[in-house]
Amino acid sequence: MEFWLQQTLNALQLGSIYALIALGYTMVYGILRLINFAHGDIFMVGAFIGLAGAVWLKLPIVPTLLFTMACTALLGVTIERLAYKPLRNAPRVSAVITALGVGIFLEHFVLGTVGAQSRAFPALIAAQRFDLPGGLTISSVQLLIIGVSVLLMLALDWFIRGTLTGMAMRAISWDRSVVPLMGISVDRIISLTFAIGSGLAAAGGVLFGQAYPIIDPYMGILVGWKAFIAAVVGGIGNVRGAMLGGYILGMTEIYVAAVLPSTYRDFVAFTLLLLLLVFRPTGILGRVQAQKV
Amino acid sequence: MRKWTKVWVAAFLLIGIVAGAAAAQEIVVGLNAELTGSIPVVGQSSRNGAQLAVDEINAAGGLEVGGRRYTIRLIVEDNKDDAASAVAATTKLITQNQVIAVIGPNASRNAVPAAQIAENFRTPMISPWSTNPTTTAGKRYVFRAAFIDDFQGEVVAAFARNNLGAQTAAVLFDIASEYNKGIAEVFRRSFEALGGRVVAWETYTTGDRDFSSQLTNIRAANPDVLFLPNYYSEVPLQVQQAQRLGIKATFIGSDSWGFAELLTLGGSALEGSYYTTHYAADIATPKAQAFIAAYEARYGSKPDDVAALTYDSMHMLFHALQKAGRVDREAVRNALASITDFEGVTGTMRFEGTGDPIKSAVVVQIKDGQFRYFDSVAP
Repeated sequence: MEFWLQQTLNALQLGSIYALIALGYTMVYGILRLINFAHGDIFMVGAFIGLAGAVWLKLPIVPTLLFTMACTALLGVTIERLAYKPLRNAPRVSAVITALGVGIFLEHFVLGTVGAQSRAFPALIAAQRFDLPGGLTISSVQLLIIGVSVLLMLALDWFIRGTLTGMAMRAISWDRSVVPLMGISVDRIISLTFAIGSGLAAAGGVLFGQAYPIIDPYMGILVGWKAFIAAVVGGIGNVRGAMLGGYILGMTEIYVAAVLPSTYRDFVAFTLLLLLLVFRPTGILGRVQAQKV
Repeated sequence: MRKWTKVWVAAFLLIGIVAGAAAAQEIVVGLNAELTGSIPVVGQSSRNGAQLAVDEINAAGGLEVGGRRYTIRLIVEDNKDDAASAVAATTKLITQNQVIAVIGPNASRNAVPAAQIAENFRTPMISPWSTNPTTTAGKRYVFRAAFIDDFQGEVVAAFARNNLGAQTAAVLFDIASEYNKGIAEVFRRSFEALGGRVVAWETYTTGDRDFSSQLTNIRAANPDVLFLPNYYSEVPLQVQQAQRLGIKATFIGSDSWGFAELLTLGGSALEGSYYTTHYAADIATPKAQAFIAAYEARYGSKPDDVAALTYDSMHMLFHALQKAGRVDREAVRNALASITDFEGVTGTMRFEGTGDPIKSAVVVQIKDGQFRYFDSVAP
C-alpha cells in the first residue's frame, strides 16, 4: 500500500508537467482547430528562459516563474502573429506544416545560440525531504511542482468559466463565425489564447528544470508528444480534459514501469490509451464535433 | 632540348634517391581517429596523445630498431566517426602510405569494421579505446590498449563486494544501449558469484528523464550499493532523484562517467560515489605523472582516457618494434602478441594469446567535486 502511494506521488509530479503542457495544445486546438506542433519546443524555450532568469538575473523561484511565463507568452503571441495568422484561411494542413517548421526553427535557434551540450538547471528551492507517516517520502521539489501546477490550473479553470473573456474563448471554440457579430475581436482572443498556453508551457519548463535539472534543445520533442497525447486522451479542445489526460498519462507510465521492465512501459501505456480512444474516440471529456459542411 | 631533358631526369633520380634514403630512416605509423563527426573530442585527444608520443621519441633522437635509428612519422586520417570512412582510412594507410601499423579507430562502431581490413592486410592494428569484445575476437593482427566491457563489470562487482563490503546491490541501466546492458549483466553475474545478492534489477530507455518509478522499487529493496553503468548526461538525474526519494545506497558507475561534464551537471549529489575506469589523472606512478605534465604543458588541459590510451598504444608499438628488431609487420605482430610486461600510463599490461590486454582498472572517487584516484584493481 505504502509502495503504491509513493508511486502515486511520483505520478502526480510527472502528470502535473504533462497537464500544464497539454493545456496549451488543447486551448489552441479548441479555438483554431490547429494542432500546434511547435508547442513542445515552446516548452523547451521556456525552460531555457527560466535558466537565463535563474542564472543571469539570479531571480528566486516565484519571480523566475513569472518572468519566464511573461517572456514565453510574448514569444507565443509573436509566433501566432508571424506564422499562423497569415494562414488563417489557408488549408489546415498548411498551418500544421508551418507549426512543425516553427518547432524545428526553435530547436535550432536554441542549438545555435546556446549550444548542443546539456545545461544544468540550478535548484531554486532548498532540497528537503519530508518523511510522512507510513513510510512515505515527499520532497520539497514534488510539493512545489504539484502545488504550482494545481494553482495554475485552478486559476485557468476560473478564468475560462468565470470571466467574460473566458466566455468569449468558449464561444469562439463553439462557433468562430458568429462571435465577431457580438462585437468581440477574435484576433485578440486568439492572441490571448496563445499567450496563456505558452505561459503555462513555460511554467512547465521551469518546473521540469526543478524536477529533472538537465535541459537541452531537444527536450521538448518527446515531452511535447506525450503532452499532446494527454490532450487527446482527455478530449482535445477541452481544458479540464487536458488536465485529466496529463495525470492519467503520468499514472499509466509510472505504474507500468513499477511492475514491468521499461521496454514495456511505453508499449503498455500507449496500448491502454489507444484502447481508450477506440471506445471513446473524442477522448474522456471531449464532445462529438458535428462536421460542418 | 635533349641536354635539358637529361638534366631533369638526373635531378628527379637524385631526388628519388635522397627521398628513398630518407624513407629508409623513417618508420611511418598511421592514426585513424574520429576528428569530425559526433565525438570530435575523442579524435582530438587521440591525435594529441599520438603526436606527443611521436615528438618525444623524435626529440630523443628517434627509435632504435635492430641497431639502426629511425625517426617516426605519423600520418593522421579522419574517419568522420563513420564505419565506411574508417574502413577507407585504414585501407589507405595500409596500401598507400605503407604504414607499419595503424593506431585506431577509437569507437567500437568504427574499430570493428576497420579491424577486419587490418586483419585482411596482415597489418597490426591497436585500438586505444574500443571496449567491445568483437573488435579483437578471432583476429591475429588486432590489439587494443583498453580492457573489455566484461572485465569492467567484474571489477565493479569485486570492488563493491570486497572494498565497500556490500551485501546487496541494485542496478538501474539503459536497456536500449548495448554498453550499459553488457556491463550490467556481467556485474550481476560476478556480484552473485562473490556471494552478494542483487535485490533490484531496473531498466529504462535512452532519453528518459523520470526514474522515480524504478527508484521507488529500488528504495523498497534497500540495497547497500546502487550500480549505474550509464552515460554522464543521465547519471546526475538518477542520483538526484534517488536522493530525493531517500535512497542511502552508495552510487557506483563505470568508465562512461569519466567526463568533466558529469561534475558540472551532477554537483554535490555525486559526492562520495565511485566508478571504474582506465586511468586517473592524479594517479601516482612517475611515468603517468611525466605524461600528464608533458601533455598539460603542450595542450593546456589534462589528458583524458582517450589521450592516455592512445599514448600507450603508440608506446606499445614502439616497444614491439624494438623487441622485433626489424621493421616488418609480421615481426611486429608477433612482438605485440608476446608482450609480457609493458608499463604504460594506464597501467601494466600483458597479452596472453588474444588481442585484449590483461591490465588493472582504476577506481576513481568523486570527492570535493573532483575526480580522485582511489584504488587499482588487478584482474
